[in-house]
Amino acid sequence: MPESLFGEDVIVRTIARIVAPFIQLFGLYVLMHGHISPGGGFQAGVIIASSFILLALALGLPESKERFKKTIRLPMESSGPLIYASIGVTCILAGGYYLQYGMAFLFPPHVVSAILISAVEIGIGITVMAMIVTIFYSMAGD
Amino acid sequence: MKVIPSMLILLVGVMLAVAVTGMPEFGDPNAPANTHVVPYYKEHCLEETGVTEIVTAIVVSYRGYDTFGEVTVIFTAGTGVIALLGRK
Repeated sequence: MPESLFGEDVIVRTIARIVAPFIQLFGLYVLMHGHISPGGGFQAGVIIASSFILLALALGLPESKERFKKTIRLPMESSGPLIYASIGVTCILAGGYYLQYGMAFLFPPHVVSAILISAVEIGIGITVMAMIVTIFYSMAGD
Repeated sequence: MKVIPSMLILLVGVMLAVAVTGMPEFGDPNAPANTHVVPYYKEHCLEETGVTEIVTAIVVSYRGYDTFGEVTVIFTAGTGVIALLGRK
């Protein structure tokens, strides 16, 4: 694979480098507003992953990998199901059923439910983001 | 011998095309999809889950087991790709 799909094009490299943080910021917005407005973990994960794919296309694969290292990706890939399952077990420990979010635990039930739903969405977003980036890197080659 | 499969495909196609005319109108409030559990979600979503976005409430809370499976599917798909192509 060549260093970059667009060679040494200054405009493409600069625009990609400037736009990538805003894409990630928008992804975080979609993630954190998943319980207020349309959005959620799956969409936010794909949006954030697309910023790394954009960097790989414009700056080259090594430079994109430099910004999202393997040692960070590895725990992020598996943390989503882990967060989801542990929240489900927490609901059992709080006295409810598996994944029954609305348990009165320090706060009123619907507040606890909203917090736990947001936590689950964050876990989904982390896994989807890391997994899509990893799949892209694996398919793109060295 | 290709006549029989062609006739079969044509027959199924005609049956499906006829069945389309029996489908409810788009956005019909009396359609079965809008009268079964959707009214319950609309009324009890906020008080039961504390979430204003009804899609998120259904996906993560009411259908939580299904979404758990979806996350596991994504994890498994990525693991399969890594196993086949190698981690780069």
